[in-house]
Amino acid sequence: MVLKAFFPTCCASADSGLLIGRWVPEQSSAVVLAVVHFPFIPIQVKELLAQVQQASQVGVAVLGTWCHRRQEPEESLGHFLEGLGAIFSHEPWLQLCRERDSKFWSCKATYQQVPTSPGAHSEDQVMLIFYDQRKVLLSQLHPPAALPDHQAGDATASACGLAAVFDTVSRSKALFRSDQFDEGLVRLSHWQSEGVEASILVELAKQASGPVCLLLACLLSFISAASTCRVFKLWPLSFIWSKLSTCEQLRHRLEQLTLIFSTQKAENPSQLMRKANMLVSVLLDVALGLALLSWLHRKDRIGQLADALVPVADRVAEELQHLLQWLMGAPAGLKMNRALDQVLGRFFLYHIHLWISYIHLMSPFIERILWHVGLSACLGLTVALSILSDIIALLTFHIYCFYVYGARLYCLKICGLSSLWRLFRGKKWNVLRQRVDSCSYDLDQLFIGTLLFTVLVFLLPTTALYYLVFTLLRLLVVTVQGLIHLLVDLINSLPLYALGLRLCRPYRLAAGVKFRVLEHEAGRPLRLLMQINPLPYNRVVHTYRLPSCGCHPKHSWGSLCRKLFFGELIYPWRQRGDKQD
Amino acid sequence: MEDELSFSDIYGGRLALQRRYYSPSCREFCLSCPRLSLRSLTSVTCTVWLAAYGLFTLCENSMILSAAIFITLLGLLGYLHFVKIDQETLLIIDSLGIQLTSSYASGKESTTFIEMGKVKDVIINEAIYMQKVIYYLCILLNDPADPHGISQVVPVFQDCLTAVTLPWRASLWCSSCLLLDGDHGICTD
Repeated sequence: MVLKAFFPTCCASADSGLLIGRWVPEQSSAVVLAVVHFPFIPIQVKELLAQVQQASQVGVAVLGTWCHRRQEPEESLGHFLEGLGAIFSHEPWLQLCRERDSKFWSCKATYQQVPTSPGAHSEDQVMLIFYDQRKVLLSQLHPPAALPDHQAGDATASACGLAAVFDTVSRSKALFRSDQFDEGLVRLSHWQSEGVEASILVELAKQASGPVCLLLACLLSFISAASTCRVFKLWPLSFIWSKLSTCEQLRHRLEQLTLIFSTQKAENPSQLMRKANMLVSVLLDVALGLALLSWLHRKDRIGQLADALVPVADRVAEELQHLLQWLMGAPAGLKMNRALDQVLGRFFLYHIHLWISYIHLMSPFIERILWHVGLSACLGLTVALSILSDIIALLTFHIYCFYVYGARLYCLKICGLSSLWRLFRGKKWNVLRQRVDSCSYDLDQLFIGTLLFTVLVFLLPTTALYYLVFTLLRLLVVTVQGLIHLLVDLINSLPLYALGLRLCRPYRLAAGVKFRVLEHEAGRPLRLLMQINPLPYNRVVHTYRLPSCGCHPKHSWGSLCRKLFFGELIYPWRQRGDKQD
Repeated sequence: MEDELSFSDIYGGRLALQRRYYSPSCREFCLSCPRLSLRSLTSVTCTVWLAAYGLFTLCENSMILSAAIFITLLGLLGYLHFVKIDQETLLIIDSLGIQLTSSYASGKESTTFIEMGKVKDVIINEAIYMQKVIYYLCILLNDPADPHGISQVVPVFQDCLTAVTLPWRASLWCSSCLLLDGDHGICTD
């Protein structure tokens, strides 16, 4: 198998020294982590390696020598480097050498103890793979490789393939902690040997986050304790809570905040990412809500809205009245059953009359109600949108009522017609066996049944027309509410932090690696550059999508049409299965 | 070392296959698809604009003309960025893996690297396309749960479906690279 040496790009300009890294025998690859510079005392290097090995559970060893010839080649250094192999024995012993003014390196791997294959690998049998240590250390592979337990004392990582390289680099953080300003006796060269990378702001935030989280967690626990109070669980209140999407959204927001400010530390990167996504989503939501609030309170827009709302409701009721009057005449030239038409139309007209008087009773308070609703936008845009959806539901309550009446009547007729059609054919529905059996009816039964069937058939078009018109109106309202809920869901579930990370630091979320073949000269080892292949955006969204309130369309289009045809009631998507009547 | 062969694809267009041998353990196959021809570009643009002009004479609304210009531009951008593939590359590195790269006409590159441990086999698959049988090269991936199963079939040179000779040669290369250990040299063509 070809020997592969993974070499960090940051060490390419380092002075000569020893290569420190991990040897993965099953893939015959050497992962170089750092370079130790001269002068050093061998025993101290061995001590350092033992410490790192204990801290990271990675078998770090001296892999070979690194020779960077800046001046004219010195013969003595070459012999000295070869002699080092006797002190730090490793199988195979790598000898990397970079010439002055040359892009091509030479690399030799010597096996000392195996007599059957004496000497070195030929130059062709070694492959140099350069990697960016910082990016490999910070990146997170997707899907995550199964990492062995750190506590289990598993000295060798069981991750296979390239995941082993990533795992080795990410676990040897102890090695990268020392920089050139340290007083230590061993001088190392690695990605942060110029100085440990850190930010004052991040450190301050880390210090501050503990107490802030504790305080907010206490507050949130008070709120959740208050919300579980028994007064809120009495019958009419609990029913109302379950129907309002605002309550659903508030509950969801409370759960999110509790998770964000929980004092427990995130156990794995995916949990951390989830917390960060939630925090960013909440922050964005609140920012949008505050923008809405400032827009509403500028130039007295709430007053304008309140003034516009009552005329709009009036207008809707007026249009409905016109529609009903049209239906009571001869709609589209159809001849309806006059008596039933009049009864239904008058009933609905009376309902609208009731509704209009209710709205007018409410009108003095609407501005104050809207003002308070506007304040709720500081809890987030999603809360404001949920309230808007509830307001739409309340303002179109008459349409809902009409729809229910129409649907019930229509359903009754359809059921009656289907059972009478069976009677017409001399059959009946056997409830016990759940099937249609043949049955012999009396003459009276047949006569009455047929008569009823005829009556129902002739009355069906009138009912069906009312049902059709009000179902269309209801579907319009449901569509508007569904769109609002989709928007709320989008804000709730979009992993904004992960998307931002993908946009600004593409290497943090890695789908894998890609290789580029660097310039090559015959007789020299092949040089490859390993780059991080970033995760595509659709997979970022798919992997890190936050759980939403379970508001997915429950009906397929087929089942929706079936329900509409048989006159069963349909509900907005927001309703969960257990809350349906 | 580098050589170049040319083939014709199923539509009769010319394809150029470049083979580069970097070392015995690493080789690259690079397939260049035919470029976007000026004739097809002109004909599509002219069709859209003539249709828009026809609508414009009917409706007398100049919005239609500007909309047609925008649609053409956006369509061209989308076509170059997401659909039109200029070059497909197969890089085989011994004991490391297989890398598939497709470069789009706009310069976008999409890369997939398949580790050698995940490759189960390389096969030539047969498919019926319109009225003829075409052959294409596939990589079968191991299923981690089931040692005998196949989790995925990855087609190689998917967007430049080619005549039979090309996949056959590529398959030879690919499988020889997979089968031979580092101790043996890989036989050249």
